Amino acid sequence: MLSTPVIAEEPLMSNVHSDTVGTDPRNPLARLAFDESAPLLEVEDLEVEFRTRDGVAHAVNKVSFTLEAGQTLGILGESGCGKSVTAQAIMGILDTPPARITGGEVRYRGVDLLKLDEKVRRRVRADRIAIIFQDALSSLNPVFTVGWQLAELFRQHRQMSRADARRRAVEMLEMVGIPAAKERAGDFPHQFSGGMRQRVMIAMALALEPDIIIADEPTTALDVTVQAQVMDLLATLQRELQLGLILITHDMGVVADVADEICVMYAGHAVERADVYDIYERPAHPYTKALLESIPRIDQKGQSLTAITGLPPVLVNPPPGCSFHPRCTFARDRCTHDEPPLYELPGGRRSACHFWEEVLES
Amino acid sequence: MSDASPPPAAADAETPAPNADQNRSLWGDVRYQLVRSPLFWISSVMVLVILTMAFVPQLWASTPPTARGACDLLNAREKPSAEHWFGYTASGCDMWASVVYGTGKSVIVAILVTIGTVLLGVTLGTLAGYFGGFTDTVISRITDDFFGLPFILGALVFLAIFPDRNIWTITLVLTLFGWTSLTRVMRGSVIATKQADYVDAARAVGAGHFFIIRRHIISNSIAPVVVLATIGLGSFIGAEATLTYLGVGYQRPTVSWGLLVAEGQNLALAGFWHLLVIPASFIVVTVLSFILLGDALRDALDPRHR
Amino acid sequence: MGRYVARRVLQFIPVILGTLFLLHLLSTLTIQIVGDPVRALFGENAPPASVIAQMQADYNLDDPCLQQTGNPCLGLFVDRLGQYAQFDFGVNFRGRPITELFVERFPVTVRLTVIALVFEAVVGILLGILAGLRKDRFADNLVRFSTVLLIAFPVFVFGTLAQLLLGLQVGLRIRESSWAPDWLGQMLNVGYNADYPWLSLTLPGLVLGAFSLAAIARLTRTSLIENLRSDYVRTARAKGLTTRRVVGVHTLRNSLIPVVTYIGIDIGLLLGGALVTEGIFNIPGVGQLVFLAIRANDTPVIVGVVTLLTIVFLVANLLVDIFYAALDPRIRYE
Repeated sequence: MLSTPVIAEEPLMSNVHSDTVGTDPRNPLARLAFDESAPLLEVEDLEVEFRTRDGVAHAVNKVSFTLEAGQTLGILGESGCGKSVTAQAIMGILDTPPARITGGEVRYRGVDLLKLDEKVRRRVRADRIAIIFQDALSSLNPVFTVGWQLAELFRQHRQMSRADARRRAVEMLEMVGIPAAKERAGDFPHQFSGGMRQRVMIAMALALEPDIIIADEPTTALDVTVQAQVMDLLATLQRELQLGLILITHDMGVVADVADEICVMYAGHAVERADVYDIYERPAHPYTKALLESIPRIDQKGQSLTAITGLPPVLVNPPPGCSFHPRCTFARDRCTHDEPPLYELPGGRRSACHFWEEVLES
Repeated sequence: MSDASPPPAAADAETPAPNADQNRSLWGDVRYQLVRSPLFWISSVMVLVILTMAFVPQLWASTPPTARGACDLLNAREKPSAEHWFGYTASGCDMWASVVYGTGKSVIVAILVTIGTVLLGVTLGTLAGYFGGFTDTVISRITDDFFGLPFILGALVFLAIFPDRNIWTITLVLTLFGWTSLTRVMRGSVIATKQADYVDAARAVGAGHFFIIRRHIISNSIAPVVVLATIGLGSFIGAEATLTYLGVGYQRPTVSWGLLVAEGQNLALAGFWHLLVIPASFIVVTVLSFILLGDALRDALDPRHR
Repeated sequence: MGRYVARRVLQFIPVILGTLFLLHLLSTLTIQIVGDPVRALFGENAPPASVIAQMQADYNLDDPCLQQTGNPCLGLFVDRLGQYAQFDFGVNFRGRPITELFVERFPVTVRLTVIALVFEAVVGILLGILAGLRKDRFADNLVRFSTVLLIAFPVFVFGTLAQLLLGLQVGLRIRESSWAPDWLGQMLNVGYNADYPWLSLTLPGLVLGAFSLAAIARLTRTSLIENLRSDYVRTARAKGLTTRRVVGVHTLRNSLIPVVTYIGIDIGLLLGGALVTEGIFNIPGVGQLVFLAIRANDTPVIVGVVTLLTIVFLVANLLVDIFYAALDPRIRYE
């Protein structure tokens, strides 16, 4: 459980292998006109629907955010708020019969991924944008060794030979701090501890040197001490490789450490977006404020816990107007019928509340 | 869980009451699903028809083939015609009456066997799963040993030596070799349910073993048993027919499907196809009805299908 | 893996002993209740006591414990085990050693069972994959419908109907026609033809494997659908792999695990079904041996052959278990 290799002095990706992706004319990615000056990732008005037995659930409603290289964006929200759906929509791995992307654009370096043909889209996955899932045990194939699953990326995307791919796989395992990597590469996922497994997932995400990593609740299933190690690893790797990192979580403590900017989601909407300090110091949305207030604090001993009353809404039948209004302490009549847009606040902040000024004052 | 599955449906969202979860109870949901399933309706009707044939055959055929004078060798092997849609059997009895009256033989055995295997399976499976330890070892070892004996072979050994072949010996034999799969399933289900926190909670407030078993364990593990019992009923009908066909089940002059097929088989090759096809079809349709009903129940009871 | 194999072999021993004991219990209990089969053979015309005693000795029926209902006859069981170890499974009522009869007929049954197994596994898995990938579409519904129908057919019903319709109606026409090749006609034969030891077993093999084919297809389908929804498939897609690879490499191996388990159990079903099938198609295999023994009330044959078949079944199961561990590495470390 040591992370020594990661804090080493040398640059992490020391073996600069010849990357033919950019120049190989057969690779469809080479034919795309990427705009180097555009933001790394730009999600604009993304909308995703799910067709269920009880109706159409609006899982993601006009969610927008931007991500630059070297930046960490934290997406914060409770279960069911649509953060994972957003992540999977960006990756393009949503199950398309129940799910449907009904609007918006996901631009990677200027190119709208949603408009790409699946054959091209497939190449983007893992190669440019990679994802780490929450439960590494169920997310890794139980019948193949860890080394095999890592090497597969190199064999399939880079057409490497088995031996070369295997070698690279072991290097990746070393990079994420797995001791005795060469032997461990022949082990199966269930033979690793939770923290080690998560490191394997990180290795898999980084293998093809993507520009963007999406971490979907990477530490939720781990012990607190292991959590810290894994987050450290992620942060270090991001810094060294200048990756764009999207960290999805419901844990306000974890995200405060790591993120530069935070996007708070509720019921499929992005309700607030701001710099991490601004969010924690002076929230501009009632939901964010309520979340912060519900964190138990040691100096509140003896007082009752503050919880947000009510339950998250049913996405097939959301409340009219602002979807948070039934549970909101700032709610007025206007909130029940007028859906708030994402207002632009001074300082580059955004908030989807009509009364954001009041929230800021309180 | 950061799962991108469709969000669960819950009650009215406009007015979140303190306990807004108005989830339908398990059985309410099951009823809801079943009522909407055409498969359920079709198979239920078929099963009902079969059950009436089994218990009140007079409704469907006026004279039983066992009645005096019902069978006349002069009519033997007559093929279906306009007056007699199903023709006559090899012994000269009306084919329709024969298959109708044969229903009871097979179905009643199957029902008895199902009751027997369910009682045995639920009891042994619950004991093994709930108490674990030595009880479990003993019961599981016995289950494994029975599993090691292929069904027909075991039944054969017993019935071949036993000269009495009546409804009770057949029932006994089928139960003896049919209880194992249900036991295993029940045991697995109980073990899974036992882990639940509410069982620990019940124990913590001093609930006795049998109360917990009755109230919590069985009601939650019963769903797979119901499905298997229904499908099992169908397979027991087939099993009895097989044993009868082989000669170790019902004997002549009892009117039973297995015997009709055995009689009809060779004659069918000589051209009397109805002697085989008609009883065979009855067997298939009957077994099919129970299996379809079991399938419909499974679809309704399986939480993942929602 | 080696340790796992050793462990399974060690676990196998009590199971086989237990099952054989169960079989022994069954037969001795029945004899105790019913009276010994030797006397039953003769009925009214009983030969002198010495002859009966001699026959009883020959057929292992002279142990006094057989007179007491409820006595588990452990001594007799141990004796029997000793005999089994020497490949002595008794003699039939005409004095021929059962082992000999078994060995004579076993190859035919093996061929029949192999045909059934290959047929049910290959076609069953393929159909299951087809249905699973095309869930809720026409192909899926067709497979679901036909498999449930197949399952409703007991082996003997399917066999007799197949013999009538395919073997006789269709097959005869093909055999008597001038244009059809010889081998096609033999495949649809009504019975075993020693000149075509494999071909003439095709139809019976299909009949034998039909039920299991349906079960395997459904199992594969369900397993595939479930695995396609799993997290590791999501990861595989996120790795940018082609759909063909995601399904064919990642999902398939996991989906086949329950199928392999089923095939292990299935061998038992097949042995029982072979009995019926050989009876219908008049195939000179082990099953027919039992079939005839039932008619002739030749109890030693029934008990002896069933014992042998049970041993075969358990050994086959052991092999399947080992193969299962090769497929699923999680099992190896249990």
